[in-house]
Amino acid sequence: MELLRQAWAIARKDLRIERRSKEVVNAAFSFALVVLLLFSFTFDPTGDQVREMSGGLLWLVYSFAGVLVLTRSFAQETQNDCLDALVAAPVPGSAIFLGKALANTVFLLFLELATLPVFTIFYNVRWEAKMAWLLPVLVLGTWGFTVIGTVFSALTVSVRLRELMLPLLVFPITVPALMASVQLTTTLFTGEPIAGDLVWLQFLAGFDLIFTLLGVTLVETILVG
Amino acid sequence: MKSQSDWIWAGVTAVMMVTALYLTFVWVPMERTMGVVQRIFYFHAPPFFVAAIAIVVSLVAGIRFLVTRDFRFDELAVASAELGLVFESMNLATGPFWARPVWGIWWTWDARLTSAFVLWLMFVGYLILRRAVDEPTQRAVLSAVLTVFQAVGAVIVYLANRLWRTQHPQPVIAGGQGSGLHPDMWLTFVFCTAAFMVLYLCLLRHTRRLERMRREIEGLRRTVHSL
Repeated sequence: MELLRQAWAIARKDLRIERRSKEVVNAAFSFALVVLLLFSFTFDPTGDQVREMSGGLLWLVYSFAGVLVLTRSFAQETQNDCLDALVAAPVPGSAIFLGKALANTVFLLFLELATLPVFTIFYNVRWEAKMAWLLPVLVLGTWGFTVIGTVFSALTVSVRLRELMLPLLVFPITVPALMASVQLTTTLFTGEPIAGDLVWLQFLAGFDLIFTLLGVTLVETILVG
Repeated sequence: MKSQSDWIWAGVTAVMMVTALYLTFVWVPMERTMGVVQRIFYFHAPPFFVAAIAIVVSLVAGIRFLVTRDFRFDELAVASAELGLVFESMNLATGPFWARPVWGIWWTWDARLTSAFVLWLMFVGYLILRRAVDEPTQRAVLSAVLTVFQAVGAVIVYLANRLWRTQHPQPVIAGGQGSGLHPDMWLTFVFCTAAFMVLYLCLLRHTRRLERMRREIEGLRRTVHSL
C-alpha cells in the first residue's frame, strides 16, 4: 500500500509537469497526425481493405508516438540532476518505476483517445458501438507497451544515442503485446464477434503481469547500479 | 598467448566440421521430395540450437554478474551474445535458400521465422547498447538487465507467434505419428549439432579472452589519462 502511495506521488508529479508544460503530449499528438498522413500514401485510403489493416495502422501510430513520450520520461529528469535526487529520495526504485509507468500510461491513453476520432474521420472506420471492448484493449495494450518502455527509458537515460536506442530495444520485446492489440482492435473494427479472440485478451493480461513484475524487480538495479 | 589446449580445441573443431560436411554432402541419403536442397537443413537448424544455448549462457552469466559483480561473468555474457548473433545470422541466412525452392518464396512472416528474426534483433540491440555505454560497471549492469528482459521476451514472442500463424515445417524430430527422420539423417543431424556446439565452445574461449583484453586495455587507458 505504501508502495502504491509513493508511486502515486511520482505519477502526480509527472502529470503536473505535463499539465503545465503540455510539451510531450502536444508534440506526440502532432507527430501522430503526421504518421496518419504518411499512411495515406502507402495504400488506397478509401478502399475496403483499410478496415482489415486498421488495427495495425492505429497501433503503429500509437507505438511511434508512444516512443517519443517514453524517451522523455526519464530524460527530463536529467535536467538539474533531478534523477539523482529522485534516486536518493526515500522511496524504492519500484515506486519510481510504477509512478512513471502510470503517468506514461495516462499520457498515452490521452493521446490514443485524441487520435481515435481523427483516425475515424481520415480512414472511415466505425468503432463507437464497440467502445466497451475497445477500452480494455487500449488500456491493457498500452500498459504492456509502457511498462517495458519505462524500464528501458530508465535503462537508456545515461546512454549515448538514447533516442535511437530506446525504439531499437523496446519494439522487439513489445512485439507480442502489439500483435495481441492489433488482432483485437482489427476484430473490433471489422465488426466481427470478439469471442474467438478472447485468448488474446488473456495473453495481453499475462504479458502485462509478467513484465510489470520483472520491471518492479529489476528497476532498482538499473537506477542504482 | 595461444596455449596447447587452444590447439586441441581448434583441431577437434576442424575435424568435426569437416566430418559434418562429409556426412551432409556425401554420406546421408537424399531426401525423396525436396531433393538436394534439403541437405541445407543440417547446417540450418543446428546454428539455431547453438544460438538458443548462447542466449541461455548469456542470461545465466548476466544474472551471476548481477549477484557477484565479478567481471568474468560479464565477459562470458558478452562473448556468448556475440557468438549467438553469429550463429543466429547463419540460421537466418541459410533458411531462404531452402525456402525459395520448397515454398517458392524467400521469406514468410511465420511463427518461427518471425521469432528467429526478433531474436536476431535482440542480439543486435544488446551489442549496440554495450557500445553506447562507456563506464564498465554500468555497461555490465545494464546489459545484464537487458538480457533478462530479452530472454523472457524471446519466449513470449515465440508463444505469441504460435497463436498467430505458422508455415514452418512442424518439428519432425520429436513430432507425432508418421514423423521422424531416417536413422542416417538423424545421425547426421545430431553430429552436425554436436559439431556446431564444439565450434561455439571453441570460439567462446577466444571471444572471452578478447573481451578480457578489451577491458584491460580500457583500464590501462583510463590509468594513463589520470596520470
